[in-house]
Amino acid sequence: MQINLKVWRQENRQAIGGYKNYSVSDVSEHMSFFEMLDKLNNELVRKGEDPIAFDHDCREGICGSCGVTINGRAHGPLRGVTSCQLHMRSFKDGDTLVVEPWRAASFPVIKDLVVDRKSFDRIMESGGYVSINTGGTPDANAIPIPKIDADAAFDSATCIGCGACVAICKNSAAMLFVGAKVTQFTKLPQGKVERRERVKNMVAQMDAEGFGSCTNTGACEAECPKEISLTNIATLNKEYLKASLC
Amino acid sequence: MDCPVVWLYCGGYIMAFNSNIPEGPLKDKWTDHLFNMKLVNPSNKRKYKIIVVGTGLAGGSAAATLAELGYNVEAFSYHESPRRAHSIAAQGGINAAKNYPNDGDSIYRLFYDTIKGGDYRAREANVHRLAEISNNIIDQCVAQGVPFAREYGGLLDNRSFGGAQVSRTFYARGQTGQQLLLGAYSALTRQMKTGNVKFHPRHEMLDLVMVDDKARGIITRNLETGEIKSHAADAVILATGGYGNVFYLSTNAMASNATAAWRAHRKGAYFANPCFTQIHPTCIPVSSEHQSKLTLMSESLRNDGRVWVPKEKGDKRKASEIPENERDYYLERMYPSFGNLVPRDVASRRAKNMCDAGHGVGETGLAVYLDFSDVISRNGQEWVAEKYGNLFDMYKQITGENPYEGPMMIYPAVHYTMGGLWVDYNLMSSIEGLHVLGEANFSDHGANRLGASALMQGLADGYFVIPYTIGNYLASNKLVDIDTNHPAFKDAEDKLKESNDKLFAIKGSRTVDDFHKELGKIMWEYVGMARNKEGLEKALVEIPKLRKEFWKDVKIPGSETELNPELEKAGRLADFLELGELMARDALNREESCGGHFRQEFQTEENEAKRNDADFTFAAAWEYKGENQTPELHKEDLNFEHVKLTTRSYK
Amino acid sequence: MNWLTTFMNSSIGKKFTMGTSGLLLCLFIAQHLVGNMMLFGGEALFNSYVATLSAFKPLVRIIEVIISIIFLSHIISGIRLTLDNKRANSSSYNVNTGSETSSFSSRTMAITGSVVFIFVIMHLSTIWYRFQLVHGSGSYYDIILGDAVGFGNPIYAAFYVVAMILMGVHLKHGFQSAFQTFGVSDSRYKGLIEKMSMIFWLVIPAGFTWIALWFGFIAEAI
Repeated sequence: MQINLKVWRQENRQAIGGYKNYSVSDVSEHMSFFEMLDKLNNELVRKGEDPIAFDHDCREGICGSCGVTINGRAHGPLRGVTSCQLHMRSFKDGDTLVVEPWRAASFPVIKDLVVDRKSFDRIMESGGYVSINTGGTPDANAIPIPKIDADAAFDSATCIGCGACVAICKNSAAMLFVGAKVTQFTKLPQGKVERRERVKNMVAQMDAEGFGSCTNTGACEAECPKEISLTNIATLNKEYLKASLC
Repeated sequence: MDCPVVWLYCGGYIMAFNSNIPEGPLKDKWTDHLFNMKLVNPSNKRKYKIIVVGTGLAGGSAAATLAELGYNVEAFSYHESPRRAHSIAAQGGINAAKNYPNDGDSIYRLFYDTIKGGDYRAREANVHRLAEISNNIIDQCVAQGVPFAREYGGLLDNRSFGGAQVSRTFYARGQTGQQLLLGAYSALTRQMKTGNVKFHPRHEMLDLVMVDDKARGIITRNLETGEIKSHAADAVILATGGYGNVFYLSTNAMASNATAAWRAHRKGAYFANPCFTQIHPTCIPVSSEHQSKLTLMSESLRNDGRVWVPKEKGDKRKASEIPENERDYYLERMYPSFGNLVPRDVASRRAKNMCDAGHGVGETGLAVYLDFSDVISRNGQEWVAEKYGNLFDMYKQITGENPYEGPMMIYPAVHYTMGGLWVDYNLMSSIEGLHVLGEANFSDHGANRLGASALMQGLADGYFVIPYTIGNYLASNKLVDIDTNHPAFKDAEDKLKESNDKLFAIKGSRTVDDFHKELGKIMWEYVGMARNKEGLEKALVEIPKLRKEFWKDVKIPGSETELNPELEKAGRLADFLELGELMARDALNREESCGGHFRQEFQTEENEAKRNDADFTFAAAWEYKGENQTPELHKEDLNFEHVKLTTRSYK
Repeated sequence: MNWLTTFMNSSIGKKFTMGTSGLLLCLFIAQHLVGNMMLFGGEALFNSYVATLSAFKPLVRIIEVIISIIFLSHIISGIRLTLDNKRANSSSYNVNTGSETSSFSSRTMAITGSVVFIFVIMHLSTIWYRFQLVHGSGSYYDIILGDAVGFGNPIYAAFYVVAMILMGVHLKHGFQSAFQTFGVSDSRYKGLIEKMSMIFWLVIPAGFTWIALWFGFIAEAI
């Protein structure tokens, strides 16, 4: 099939970007979306043009490197799927796809579809851990954890840090990302020791990075490739209120 | 006779090729060694700077732990964040000898299974240490808040994996690697906050710098700006993963590469057992020419899925139309005691044999069925979804077919490389001060890695081995004070810029991917799942030819001073084009079949791998001798004092 | 009090102010509807109800001040959040797909809120202001139903209806959202919150709307 693309091109951080149109023919429905971009890029290189830069790595939907908006949808039209796992069978012959980078003030564009997500690392640095050193830990079975709590912690811990939640949020809020980490540790006895300081520090860093605040529209939950639930934001709020006011 | 010492003349100085395995009984070696090693005074640790390249499981855990101890750590990754490392994609689990299920496991059994699984081509002492440490890893990860699967009583759950008859694998659904990496990443971010770790994202190591024959720094390229920069340190750690992408199609991530390891090799670090590559049996089959990578489905699926092909050759009926008595559950038939849980190399080879014999299924005939209908009817779909939900979803997403309704189709794919930079017991390479961890080294898996052992080894190296052994190195060596103004750095920077200029100057007609695909085809055809003399000799002609072509006709767009993925890929491919040749050479040299290395000339009547213990019980460590020069082979003899070398049997 | 300013200036703190003030305003409108229902009891009942309230003038004044503060803090935190969020989201996408990922009411809070604000100002400057001038002689009932600023004026009545519908839309998202902000929207309370939400976004605005429709259009027509 033939796919028409309207892609955001931006040379570097300082440059002013714009859209450029491309057309890719002989696209097979078995190809992934990125394999289609690979094909286009190889054609561009052969023609002596600059290929489209995009972040990607594992192509299995787990590393969180990738992320583009396709026709305004973070990671494309399917629910629970990353851009790299999206296959061309989701589109029709002759479709026009508008491909854009994540857009948020805290995710500046580096080049084309590549954005800088260091703000997420800095939020993690502010408290996304249990403060223990290597060694001297008790036997793993010394702390029984109810299965329901372990499973709930896992559901939050499954976040891949791709930033789709920020990208789709009309406020560019990072509360689903922060909420998922806070919730994971809230559910586990290991995380409870530092729960008050953790949530305060992480929210302070989140605000300092310039992310917006949650309006509870639920767009993040709808676009999260790991289907992390909005309840994580409720938990974040509750933890923050408790830590700040109680 | 634990310590084979070979004195070599190497580039003008004498260096020791010594595995440095401690004396004493196997089970006391590590404990004794811990006592015998020298320590660095706590207040002196911050005076030492350690460079860690790669921040996946091994590098991340090492950087965090060294920083906790007080060392001054500089960590580098070509990713934007440590959390992107490909360790994150490991699905199945992590082994440990906890014996929680009370089914007869022990440190010695884990050691024994790993040695046997590796087809007796790993060091006993290293593997025993790994088994000893395995339990600490689980404790450590649980304390970090890694949400492992649990039973209703609140205790940790285990499952079984290929090559073992006990349940010793800890897991977090099908995302164990992710959870463990995020654990190490969290420890690392904590140290980044304290300033003990300075993290350099999007920085690729492109050369190792040596001063007085010791590793003293690296040269990096900032992938965003193109800036080439020197970094000096007292010791260098490489934890840069495996080289499976030499095959182009593999389960590795797109950026996974051998460049850091290979450039260290060019500076004198021996590369050991490069031909030992693991072909994973349960991957989604190749569907088209445009495929960029292959996707693995966790081996844990073989716990409940049954592998079969039609008994009739060329049977084109749908799976559901083939009656039970016309199906060949060949693994269960051939290996009654291990059944579908035979080690990876055996399962892969058998799948290939079945397809070669015309029993393959699917459009290409290069696939076998992995069937869950039994377990679904026994335990219900919900039970299966709880255990393997994400894998089933992934399969459906990629193939467009629903595995709850019909069997999955699977085929082997390149997955892991047991070979890597040679290291001694202290994880130090043949270059002093250069330490290598995780998949990047060669040490613990022999000729075949058992499932759920990669995560174990990466974390063992990073959390519990290198923090001690590097202290011993630093305390035992008087290092001269240097900084990046030393001429060795300037020299390396210049050479690197020169080589980049050379790449841009070619202005050829073919893309990097073109060349990479071609290399992949040569590698898969001649250095893949089954190898023979003729094919390997052919590869030794084809690869240099392709390399020459590459340096004549590759086309790199853009410039050096910007984010330029084509330039990155070109540099990595240039190294693969040299490494591929070494792999073929090593495979040709090893005239036996063992583990993942299967030479068609050496097989039993039942088509099982036939080892030659008399001549090949050694690790092959190759020394670089210069461009287009034949590398020199050094043999590290493997001494088995505790395990009797037998033909592996999983029947 | 450093902790309090830190909290109030944090994103979640601002949301907390927003949610708390919003819920208090919900209580106020519920009470207001009860008062309005007196209109159905006829002129005498309604006038005596308002007169009774006037008897507690100082208390009413205090309550009015408190409600004003709550209302203002709702508006101020709303404006602060909107500005913060505008800063956070520097540029928009070429294709906007908000309708596929979020509800209409959640995306239009600022607009519906602004209309309700304009309505409240108008309501205060007309009905409330005239009530203050009654001083025991004259009919509150007539002010509300009269042609000047009451339901007798079809433009006023129509705007009243529109404002109440938009208030319903505002509360459809706002009421539940407040509980999300307090962190109590987990599954245990979800059903209860949804039912309560229905009272505030549907029943109460419908009540106000019905009054306006009845006295503004229907009663006259019969």
